Amino acid sequence: MEGIIIDGLSFSLPLFIMAIGGIYSEKSGIINLSLEGLQGVGAFSGALMAVLAAGSFAAGSQIPFYLAVLFAVIGGMVYSLLYGLLCIRFKANQVISGVVINILAVGLTAFLTKRLNRSVFGAASDKFVLGVSARLTIPYLSKLPVIGALFKDIYPFELIIIIAAIIAWYVMYKTRFGMNLRACGDNPHAVDAAGVNVLKVRLIAVMVSGGLSGLAGISFAYSISANFSSSIYVGYGYLAIAALIFGNWTILPTLGSCLLFGFARSGGYYLVQRLQMPSSYSDLVMTLPYVVTLLLLIFFSKYNRSPRALGEIYDKGKR
Amino acid sequence: MKKNSKIIKRSLIGLFGNERRQAATIPLFAVLLSLFAGGIVIVFLGKNPLVAYQNLLQGSGLLPKATYAGHKNMLTDFTSFMNAWTPMLFAALSVAVALRAGLFNIGVSGQMMTAGFIATIVVGYGTMMAPAARPMVLVVGIITGAMVGGIIGWLKHRFNINEVVSSIMINYIAQYVISFFINTYYVNPVSRQSNTVTKAARLTLMDMPVGNLKMDIPLGIALAILTAVLIKFLLDRTAFGYELKCLGTSRKAARYAGINVKKNVMLAMVLSGALAGLAGVTYYLGYYGSIQPRVLPTTGFDGIAVALLANSNPIGIILSSFLITIISKGSTYMNSASGLETEIASVITGVILLFSACGAFIRYKVKNLQDEILEGSERRKS
Repeated sequence: MEGIIIDGLSFSLPLFIMAIGGIYSEKSGIINLSLEGLQGVGAFSGALMAVLAAGSFAAGSQIPFYLAVLFAVIGGMVYSLLYGLLCIRFKANQVISGVVINILAVGLTAFLTKRLNRSVFGAASDKFVLGVSARLTIPYLSKLPVIGALFKDIYPFELIIIIAAIIAWYVMYKTRFGMNLRACGDNPHAVDAAGVNVLKVRLIAVMVSGGLSGLAGISFAYSISANFSSSIYVGYGYLAIAALIFGNWTILPTLGSCLLFGFARSGGYYLVQRLQMPSSYSDLVMTLPYVVTLLLLIFFSKYNRSPRALGEIYDKGKR
Repeated sequence: MKKNSKIIKRSLIGLFGNERRQAATIPLFAVLLSLFAGGIVIVFLGKNPLVAYQNLLQGSGLLPKATYAGHKNMLTDFTSFMNAWTPMLFAALSVAVALRAGLFNIGVSGQMMTAGFIATIVVGYGTMMAPAARPMVLVVGIITGAMVGGIIGWLKHRFNINEVVSSIMINYIAQYVISFFINTYYVNPVSRQSNTVTKAARLTLMDMPVGNLKMDIPLGIALAILTAVLIKFLLDRTAFGYELKCLGTSRKAARYAGINVKKNVMLAMVLSGALAGLAGVTYYLGYYGSIQPRVLPTTGFDGIAVALLANSNPIGIILSSFLITIISKGSTYMNSASGLETEIASVITGVILLFSACGAFIRYKVKNLQDEILEGSERRKS
C-alpha cells in the first residue's frame, strides 16, 4: 500500500513540473507539444554532465546528481530557444514545429549518446548509466499512519520540484509578469497596447517550459529508467499536456490530474504483483495512464476553456 | 551596406519569387541546406561527407557498390529499397490527407501497428491461398486503419479533443495492448518477435530467383504509386478535396460557406487512417514478416517529414518519400562502409523537417519584399 503512494508521487511530480512548464507556454499563447523533446534533451544534457563528473567525485557523492539537475535545466532551456526561434521568430505553425522539435530531439540525442559513448568513454553503448538516486526519509513524520508514506523514501528531486512549483505558482498568479503572461494568451494586442513586448514574454514563457521540462526529464532518468537512453521518449510530455488540459490550464487542478495519472500507474503495477500475474500483463497496466487520460478528456473537455489566443501567431499589424 | 541588402533582397526574390515554382524551390532549398549542415557534422567527425552520401545511394541500390554477396547486385538492392519505400509512401499520403483538412495525424505509427497486427492474426496465420490472401490482407488493413482513424476523428468532432493528444494516447495504448497479445499468444521464443506470417499472405515476394539473382519483389509499390495519383485527383479535382482544403484553411469560413465540418473531419480521418492501414500491412506483412512488440514503426514519424517536405502534394510526396527513404535505408550501408552511426540519418531527417517548417516564413518574407519593391517603384512613378 505504501508502495503505491511512494511510486505514484515519484511519477506524478516530474509530470506536474513539466505540465507547469506547459501551462506557462500555453498561457502565453504558444501551444507547446515540444515538451516531450525538451524533457528528453534536458535529461540527455543532465545525464551527460553526471557521467562526465562521476569520475572526479568520490563514489556515493551527491554532487554529480545536483550538477545533472542544473545542466538538465540549462539544456532544456537552450533547446527550447530553437522552438522559440521556429514559432515566434519564424512564425511557423506551432503544432507542426512542436512535433518537428520532438522528432529532431529523438534523433539528435540518440546520435550524440552513441557518438559520445564511443569517442569519450570508449564504449559501444546507446545509454548513459546513472543508477537510481539516493532517497531520504524524514524522521518522525514518516512514522505517521497512512500519510507517513508521503515522507518516506523521497527522491531529492521531488523536493526540488515542490520548491520550483511553489515559485512558479507565485510568479504566475501573484506578480505583474505573471499577469502580463496570462494576458498574452488571451488578448496579446491589449498587452502590446499597454507597452509590453508580447514576443519577449512569449519567449520567456517558452524558456521556462524548457527549463522545467529538463528538470522533469532528469527526474525520470534518475528514477524510472535509471539511465539515459531513447527509452525516455515514451510520451511523458504528451501526458503532461493532457494533464494540463484536464487541469483547465491552471496549476492546482493540474496537480490533481498528475496525481491521478501517477496513482493509476503505480496502483496498476501493485495489482499485477499482488495477483501474481505473468510479467507480460504489465504491458496492459502500462496503458492505464493513457486510457485514463482519454476517458477524462472525453468527460471533461466540454468544460475546458483554453486561452483565447492559443496557437495564434502574433502579428502586430493585425489588430 | 544599403546596396548590399538590396542585392540580397533581389536574389531572394529571384530564387523564390515565382509563386508557382515555390512548391519546388523551397523544399529543394531545405534539403540542400540540411545536407550541407549534415555534411559539416560529418566533417567534424573526421569523415568525408561526399563518401558518406555516396554510401547512402549505394545502400539504396542507386549506385554500384564495390563488392556484392552471392546472388545480389545493384538491382536486388534497389528492389529491397522499394520494399522499404512502399510503407513510407503510404504513411506520408496518410499524413498529407489529414494535413489538407487542417488535422495533424501523428498517430500513423499506431494505426500502422494495429492494422499490421489485425491483418497478421486474421490472414497471416491462416491457410488461405495467395490469390485470396493478399487482397484480403489489404482489405483488413484498410478497414482496421480506417476504424482507428475514425475514432480519432470522432473524438475530435464529438468531444473537441485535440487530435494530436488523442492519437498519441491511442499510439501508446495500441503499442502496449498489441505487445501484450504478442507476448502472450503469438511470440516466437527465439526471435522475441511475433511468429512469421505465411508466404501466401506476404505482400513481398522474398528471395525470388530471377536469373541467377535472388530479389525481394514488393508487390505494394505499384499500388502505392497508383494511390498517390488517385489521392492527387481526389484532393485537387473533386468537391470533397475542395471541401477538405477549405476546412484546412479556415474552419470558420468553411462552416459559414455551408460545408459540413463534422462529416469532413470524420471522412478525412477515416481516409487518413485507411492509408495508414495500407502502410501498416505493407510494412509488417511486406517489408518485415513479423511484428516487434513494444516498438512503434519510425516510418509513421518519417512520414510526417515526407508530407511536410512535399507541402502535402501527393506527387511531391512520391519524390520526397524517395529521398527520405534513401537517407533512412542507405544509412545501414553507410554505417558499415564508413563507420558513421546510423542515427545520423534521423538527425538529417530532423534538420530537413526543421527547415521545411520554416517554409511558410520564407514565403511570407518574399511576399513582403515583393510588395516593398512594388511600392517603391510605384512611388517613383508618381
